Amino acid sequence: MDIKWDQILIIEEPIMFWTFIGLIVSSIGLVAGLTYFKKWGWLWREWLTSTDAKKVGIMYIVLAIVMLVRGGIDALMMKYQTAVPENTFLSSQHFNEVFSAHGTIMIFFMAMPILFGIMNLVVPLQIGARDVAFPKLNLLGFWITTAAAVLYNIAFLVGGSPDAGWTSYFPLAGKEFTPGIGNNYYYVALQISGFGSMIIAINFMVTILKMRAPGMGLFKMPMFTWTTLITCLIMIIAFPIFTIALLAGMLDRVFGSHFFTVADGGLDMMWANLFWLWAHPEVYIVVLPAFGIISEVVATFSKKRLYGYHSMVWAVIVISVFSLLVWVHHFYTMGVGPTVNSVFSITTLAIAVPTGIKLFNWLFTMRKGRIAFEQPMLWALGFIPTFLIGGVTGVMLGMASADFQYHNTLFLVAHFHYTLVGGVVYAVFAAIYYWWPKFFGFKLNHKLGNWHFWLFNVGFNLSFFPLFFLGLDGAARRMYTYSAETGFGPLYMLSFIGTLLIAAGVVFFVINMVYSSLKEKRITDRDVWGTGRTLEWLVPTPVPAYNFAVIPKVEALDEVWHRKETGKALAFDEKEIKDIHMPSHSGLPFYMFVAFFISGFLFVWEFQALAIASLALPFLGMAINSFTSYDEGYYIPAKEVIETERKGGGEQQWKAK
Amino acid sequence: MKKLKGLILSASLLLAVLFLSGCELIVFDSAGPMAQIITDVINWSLIWIGLIVVVVLALFIVFVWKYRARPDNEDYMPPQEEGNKVIEVIWTLIPIVIVVILLVPTVKSLYALEEVPAEYADQEPLVIHVTSADWKWIFSYPEENIETINYVTIPTERPVIFKLTSAGTMQSFWIPQLAGQKYTMANMETELPIVAEREGEYFGRNTSFNGEGYQEMEFSVEAVSQEDFDAWVEEVHAHAPELTEEEYYEKLQPSHLGRETYVGTHLQWINHAEHGGNANERILNPEAYRGHGYPGKIFHDPAEVPENENENGGGHSGH
Repeated sequence: MDIKWDQILIIEEPIMFWTFIGLIVSSIGLVAGLTYFKKWGWLWREWLTSTDAKKVGIMYIVLAIVMLVRGGIDALMMKYQTAVPENTFLSSQHFNEVFSAHGTIMIFFMAMPILFGIMNLVVPLQIGARDVAFPKLNLLGFWITTAAAVLYNIAFLVGGSPDAGWTSYFPLAGKEFTPGIGNNYYYVALQISGFGSMIIAINFMVTILKMRAPGMGLFKMPMFTWTTLITCLIMIIAFPIFTIALLAGMLDRVFGSHFFTVADGGLDMMWANLFWLWAHPEVYIVVLPAFGIISEVVATFSKKRLYGYHSMVWAVIVISVFSLLVWVHHFYTMGVGPTVNSVFSITTLAIAVPTGIKLFNWLFTMRKGRIAFEQPMLWALGFIPTFLIGGVTGVMLGMASADFQYHNTLFLVAHFHYTLVGGVVYAVFAAIYYWWPKFFGFKLNHKLGNWHFWLFNVGFNLSFFPLFFLGLDGAARRMYTYSAETGFGPLYMLSFIGTLLIAAGVVFFVINMVYSSLKEKRITDRDVWGTGRTLEWLVPTPVPAYNFAVIPKVEALDEVWHRKETGKALAFDEKEIKDIHMPSHSGLPFYMFVAFFISGFLFVWEFQALAIASLALPFLGMAINSFTSYDEGYYIPAKEVIETERKGGGEQQWKAK
Repeated sequence: MKKLKGLILSASLLLAVLFLSGCELIVFDSAGPMAQIITDVINWSLIWIGLIVVVVLALFIVFVWKYRARPDNEDYMPPQEEGNKVIEVIWTLIPIVIVVILLVPTVKSLYALEEVPAEYADQEPLVIHVTSADWKWIFSYPEENIETINYVTIPTERPVIFKLTSAGTMQSFWIPQLAGQKYTMANMETELPIVAEREGEYFGRNTSFNGEGYQEMEFSVEAVSQEDFDAWVEEVHAHAPELTEEEYYEKLQPSHLGRETYVGTHLQWINHAEHGGNANERILNPEAYRGHGYPGKIFHDPAEVPENENENGGGHSGH
């Protein structure tokens, strides 16, 4: 058999070639470094096989930040390409691959994993639990997500990148119009990542419902925990729809079925319906936890209780219901008639009401407060006006007749970046600055943080505000270039400059993490910010493996604030401390990573029989788990716990009896 | 803090620019009643959206400034308010009212956009079939027996009904100055009525991504008086070549074409809104889309589906 290497390894373009070389060199460097410093064992035992939710959370965040850089480089390439008219930096085909990768990676492998990471770190602490309900499953979720991320990310070098957009609409994405294997990566990798998301959803739903500390009723849960719970609920409802759509799409592409084809009675618009039935809820899957984060940060740094806590909770619940009833607003232009479009305009605009309630509640939380401009609060304050613009333009797009003019233009692109970046990414940065010291025992540098915030914030608005005007002036999205006569040039250039500032901001963020790890003052205060309100500020800093030496009894919403108000000590009575049972680490999830990757790869490359046979690999892992690897876990002796509590508690707060 | 205020100020200034420069943007420069209906809805929404933005930003600026931490209020202990039922009900009701205010004209306009405007209803509309293919627009005039590619000539002050379909991928048909978008989909037909009131050349394009040639999928609309339109029809019949079946299927292959004009329409051989699964072997040509990267399997069905058994394909019109 003659193998055509130029079809397998896509390195004919210089950008691809040097990326390939760069990846090889850095992989060799990483392997050599780990070997030289003899860190393989440490990496394996302490991280890759750890069932500690905090470590799983940090691994999720590391994965997400790597993907943020990848997706960000894609963004820079697109913005550079469109900065001037008729640019030839990227070809049409290459540009199409880049924007497809940017969207897919940012949603599936950046936004979701980073929020999963934050959930893993924060939720068990906020509900007074030592771990999640299913620690090994939790690690499995991470490894499955990672398998999907790796599979999707090798596409552009191995076999060809998906090129039908992150929405991957049929019939374009079908074999009739994109016969290369590239788009197989989309259907297979996202299918795998869906398993990971489902695992997270089930795990956290059970954790929150079953493992709350005694006394914590549902309406005593912190806002971030509430939004995580509702997010899990939406995931469990919405993801199966996507699973089926992806399966049908994969069968069309790899096995020649006719679910969505033009020929032989396929219904291509069924894909759009199924996709958005999942993808609109998906918007709330990423934005609800962001709302939760903003609620926590605004309350803490205003030194006030969250205003209208009950209406906030109900707003989230109402949003989650409506999120499932608006999918048609993504294709009002399909010609379904005025009645259907009217109904979906109504449901879409209805979401503005609970969202407005949340915004007013945040504003009134700050009213009469004492607002401290710490790093997390800066991001929360940046969030409010940007999300406001994202929200009101969403209302404009929701009005179906007006949408006939905005649809698929840069107006739409500007809108969803204002909600997804202005909403989710700002909240994620707020969360990282806010909870960082709790887990690492030092704050991120204030000055570098300021650079990060201002460069990013100014850059973001510069990058996306002009797109509203471009869209209203007739610039469609996803165009790889445009002629000079259109007059789009100057605003596109402004947008590119904004993107450079965003990139500079992210560079400062990375520098900040490195610099602060080396130089920032170590802190051991339990209540790191001094105005903490929820249970995570009750445990030692940095958080020990067991979280809580003694499971706290909860009396109020904002338990820690309540204890400070009533003069109760933050620490635990030493006499109550017993040996603590912990889950053992496990290598099986890593095996599942390998299994899913191999199986996925075979499906992508259309080895039909072999691919189906390879499904035995993950099942083998499950069998091993069920029948051979029963593990009792291990105990941390009480003596060790007491020592940790004393050391990590901050001397002034440790009031042992 | 100062920087924050500056930023908000510049953001609101930019927003003001949005309102002021509105009339220069293509979406606000309507040349007919259908686009004007939408422009009116957009303008109406901008007033209310502007109001919301101004109020919320004002509250935001005032609260952040007034309640900021200062060295002299170090000991200030904020009240731990739980909320206020009355205020919360008010800020639930106000958005509901605004949403209703926005929805009423939206729903009205949605119905209006489906019909030829009343003042033109007595005229016989000109019917033009629009077929999108990779990567060109094909316009067929069944009455006039003319087919054009990448441009369409229409008479002013007379209703035109576009019947939209696609020979392959889904596309979105958009002439911002005359009407909002509507999709073109294979095996289906959607309708878009328009009226051009001003003579002129209008820009139209596809906004739904459909592969490598997507960016260049533009066309122009030539709106001329009824007399000039009649003259154009005559001229085409006098000078343009006859469209042949062979040639037509050749044009459906993925390619870029310039402006072309023919006598005769492809509707005599095939209407892509109705063809179902039968003619696909002739229209769809996956081999023509081979790009770089590893070639995947292409599935050819051994037997064609007989026409009477294929009920899914044809009958799924947009309405």
